[in-house]
Amino acid sequence: MAGASTDTAIRTSAPVRVLIYLLLILFALFYLLPLFVMSINSVKPLGEITGGNMIALPTVWTLDPWRSAWSTAQIGVEPTGLKPYFMNSILMALPAVLLSTFFGALNGYVLTKWSFRGDKILFGLLLFSCFIPFQIVLIPMARLLGLMGLAGSTPGLVLVHFVYGIGFTTLYFRNYYAAFPTELVRAAQIDGAGFFRIFWRILLPSSGPIIAVSFIWQFTNIWNDFLFGASFADLDSMPMTVALNNLVSSSTGVKEYNVHFAGAIMAAAPTLLVYIVAGRYFVRGLMAGSVKG
Amino acid sequence: MGFLDIDNVTKSYGAVEVLHRVDIDVQEGEFLVLVGPSGCGKSTLLNMIAGLEGITSGEIRIKDRVMNGVHPSKRNIAMVFQSYALYPNMTVGQNITFGLEMHGTPKDEREKAMKQVAELLQIETLLSRKPGQLSGGQRQRVAMGRALVRNPDVFLFDEPLSNLDAKLRVDMRTEIKKLHQRLGTTIVYVTHDQIEAMTLSTRIAVMYNGYVQQQGTPKEIYDTPSNLFVATFMGSPAMNVLPARVIESGGDLAAEITDSDGKPVHLRFPKSNTALKAYAGQSIVLGIRPEAITDPEGADRNAQVVESLTNLVSVTEPAGSDTFVTTMLSGKDCIARMRADASVEAGKPFTFAVNMDKAVAFDPKTEERIA
Repeated sequence: MAGASTDTAIRTSAPVRVLIYLLLILFALFYLLPLFVMSINSVKPLGEITGGNMIALPTVWTLDPWRSAWSTAQIGVEPTGLKPYFMNSILMALPAVLLSTFFGALNGYVLTKWSFRGDKILFGLLLFSCFIPFQIVLIPMARLLGLMGLAGSTPGLVLVHFVYGIGFTTLYFRNYYAAFPTELVRAAQIDGAGFFRIFWRILLPSSGPIIAVSFIWQFTNIWNDFLFGASFADLDSMPMTVALNNLVSSSTGVKEYNVHFAGAIMAAAPTLLVYIVAGRYFVRGLMAGSVKG
Repeated sequence: MGFLDIDNVTKSYGAVEVLHRVDIDVQEGEFLVLVGPSGCGKSTLLNMIAGLEGITSGEIRIKDRVMNGVHPSKRNIAMVFQSYALYPNMTVGQNITFGLEMHGTPKDEREKAMKQVAELLQIETLLSRKPGQLSGGQRQRVAMGRALVRNPDVFLFDEPLSNLDAKLRVDMRTEIKKLHQRLGTTIVYVTHDQIEAMTLSTRIAVMYNGYVQQQGTPKEIYDTPSNLFVATFMGSPAMNVLPARVIESGGDLAAEITDSDGKPVHLRFPKSNTALKAYAGQSIVLGIRPEAITDPEGADRNAQVVESLTNLVSVTEPAGSDTFVTTMLSGKDCIARMRADASVEAGKPFTFAVNMDKAVAFDPKTEERIA
């Protein structure tokens, strides 16, 4: 199912190959340039940035901006650095990602292997949720969170992202499981496995690539979300993105660009890490489930 | 009362009835093959026996226990699927014992049962491999192992050989037959391949359009097909069906057909065939199996009536073991099966021997056999 062959490239002559590689390297450099600028400026003293060239390597290397961004920088009114907000983001993103992935898988399983009257319409409605813009739900969601007593809390944010994510994860898993042979489910039924046993023992173990897709997609979206974080979080449940904004856009004092760069890298690091670790599954999963990302 | 009773069973999807009053009794140890072209309802019937599809009306009983509404795992059946349906994430051993595990069999008993089955099917060396690392034939064995280990009342096979290449298919066919003879299990086997049906079964049910057209032993089905569909579906090459007219000549009934020049030819029926009297002077469809048309030396010496007939040979196809000869009769291409070394030449007249004991006649309107 996930056995996309690697040796399908068209054979090319050496000069063409050189040209292709040159172009690829050029593009890679182009895309890496912002990361390069951020990295070198995050290890410079502030004076070198304000008084000189942004592109130049630092003359004095220092990790002070990183220390400052992590634990002492002024975020809003508190000089806490980004550390507590990093934890907030993790406490928000991980449960939301796991929940939405699990329920997406369960939905996909039911929608493909236990078809019932109206399942196509239900799937269509779930899919519709992928196209609802965030802004539309802000006020009803605020009201709902208030009624549930989850306003301004991390569990409230988890709920919002979990609910928002189900549409996408259901789409991924439904498409993946549609290609999963139904005979296997029938064989397991005859073998005596029930609804959840078939799910745990037969389907989930074969879902590696699509779990990776769902995980990466959900994690990136939830981690990078700003609007929900800014709207529904209190000071003590603020996610990383909102805290970074507060750090960068504070209107008083000197603009510490080196600290801002360090903070921005910190905010981007987890999604980067997830891509590096699970990225190859991402491509494979997209192919296997015929899902457009 | 059979071991497996399919009693007046119908299946409808909405207003569309796809299986009509199917009535089959299978005795213990029988090998029943459901055969028919695709879309005839044979797989649906099998899935209903397995409990994977509901029964619209009628009853299915195994050992006199009514199975309607009983969960597949509680019917004590095992099924081998067309795609083998091996769990890709488990080893061969785990695949075989999964069903036992689900039924709560203790681990040491599972291991013992697995070893026995693995030995029986000669797959001991594969037990720790994943299905993806196996060849088609090996997967087939594992799928059978998974069915055997449960020691079920009834085995269900859903076109188990159709994914194998031609040679392996013949080997596995023999193996399934051996297994059945050794274990004496009750088997219901679905296939569209009439050769599989003939070779494996102790009983065949030919299905078409949701109806069981005929039930019987392979020999009954082959020699006395109840209608034109069964006659032409079973047998390869297919039975020759020729428009003919029944005439009476000198106290004997004969079929009048035309040869390649358009001249009438008379083929006498054996005297035992009395049902045809009513059709004297009327047209019928005459069915003759290819092997009933031979060269005169190859004709069956024990046959009561062997008619000879000289006709133009249009094509010869030597197939090694036999030579197939095509000749025009009653305006239709008619295939004769000859010994490999029969000296027949295309484009020349040849004297054929037609074994009329084996000829069958059908009513052209109802397509039922006249008997």
